[in-house]
Amino acid sequence: MLGRNIRDAIKSVIRNFTLSLASISCITITLIIVAVAIIASFNVQNFTKEIERDMTIVVFLNNEVNQEDIDEVEEKIKKISNVEKYTFQTKQEIKKQMQEESDVFNTVLENFSDEDSPLKDTFQVKVKKVESIGKTAKKIQSIKNVAVVRYGEGMVEKMVTAFSSVEKVAIGIVAALIIVTVFLIVNTIKLTISARKREISIMRLVGASNITIKLPFIIEGMILGLFGSIVPVIITTYGYLAFYKHFDGHLYSNLIQLIQPEPFIYQASLIIIGIGIVVGMIGSASAVKKYLKI
Amino acid sequence: MDLIRIKNVEKKYKNGVTAIYDLNLAIEKGSFVFVIGGSGSGKSTLIKMLYREEKPTKGQVIVGGLDVAKLKNKKVYKLRRKLGIVFQDYRLLQKLTVYENVAFALECIGEKRDIIRTKVLKALEDVGLKNKVHEYPDNLSGGEQQRVAIARAIVNDPKLLLCDEPTGNLDPEKSMEIMKVLESINKLRGTTIIMATHDKEIVNKMKKQVITLKDGHLVKFKQKGTYAE
Repeated sequence: MLGRNIRDAIKSVIRNFTLSLASISCITITLIIVAVAIIASFNVQNFTKEIERDMTIVVFLNNEVNQEDIDEVEEKIKKISNVEKYTFQTKQEIKKQMQEESDVFNTVLENFSDEDSPLKDTFQVKVKKVESIGKTAKKIQSIKNVAVVRYGEGMVEKMVTAFSSVEKVAIGIVAALIIVTVFLIVNTIKLTISARKREISIMRLVGASNITIKLPFIIEGMILGLFGSIVPVIITTYGYLAFYKHFDGHLYSNLIQLIQPEPFIYQASLIIIGIGIVVGMIGSASAVKKYLKI
Repeated sequence: MDLIRIKNVEKKYKNGVTAIYDLNLAIEKGSFVFVIGGSGSGKSTLIKMLYREEKPTKGQVIVGGLDVAKLKNKKVYKLRRKLGIVFQDYRLLQKLTVYENVAFALECIGEKRDIIRTKVLKALEDVGLKNKVHEYPDNLSGGEQQRVAIARAIVNDPKLLLCDEPTGNLDPEKSMEIMKVLESINKLRGTTIIMATHDKEIVNKMKKQVITLKDGHLVKFKQKGTYAE
């Protein structure tokens, strides 16, 4: 039964070749734009996450704090809702770490005792929402015994906000385009169907159930979606590979890393094919609905 | 036993026209019934209600045990599988051969291929078209096309065959050919036939049951009727 339906659907695609071609072209064009939007949106998401992962608030405490004060500060940082996690290093630990890192630091720091050390006890705080890192930093600043609070003030913050709005716009465009494609397919399949109105009415007269009538059209829609996604998939795969190679994996600075082509292009291709098929299916199902009412 | 029972049926169209007023009818299994009346008498509406192209506004239409008025859109196919329908304009698919047109009716309801073959050839034999199996409808005369449509309607062995002016497009000679085919189907297969027509000659010659409608009212229901005013 399903075999016959698939055969009929392919027959119909070939028989109504010009109309099918029109539908396929529509799907192709929209899917190309959708593909670009998907790639852009995934990349933006990716490097926003990368940057967010790196963003840290560094909290320097006053020089003369004792363990009790440190505990108090820790308790207060813990209570801030935007704080995801934090680590604490005493000035001795930092000194040791720096001495290990370079010989210059080693000799310079050697001359300082714990009391007159320029280094300070430090909390390193990671936040949940990077957008409100500034507010969180201010809150921490107001805690007693906190000397200085540092984070990538300004620049990084702005970049992240910009990226997140770019991402939102990209998702919006993708959604809008998908809706437009559905409408296009509804209309093109309606044309194929209206050419076959007679066939459908006879099918109904001789007692074909609604699903029997619908199925070939739905499969036809899926086939159109599948065919329509071929060119976009090729463009996505080779286009992204070329793009990645050309920019050597990052845009403008090392800060903006592009997603590795593998397996990303395969995932993106699958998503595009999936959208094509589902959109073709929804379009044809809703187009045929009208003809199943008396 | 009654195949069709119509109780207190009224049909009012959305534009306010009432096509049928308070109709009561019972049609026995195996009978051959003409429905006659001028245009606007409601004969087409009656036929349409029997295959649920139209729903009655009031009353009950029961066909082979199914209450047609209560039948949901999704379930209409259950009714349609019990009956065959023939129209004035044949309604064949021009891209398919005679055989394929008849087989289409069985393919649509998921019948097996070898059963389709036997049934289609039998139906085409019954209407006298066994030698035109591979022709396309365009190459056939009107009478032959109508016989293909009849073959398609009876291929599933329906209990009821509805004919809406089946001879409307044919000359008297071809019309009588069609009537002979219908009569033999009625006799050999025991199919109940209801035929709407305004062809006086046919009705008078056939001497079958006649339902006369006028302006939506049942005027007469005669056992061996003629087309008389």
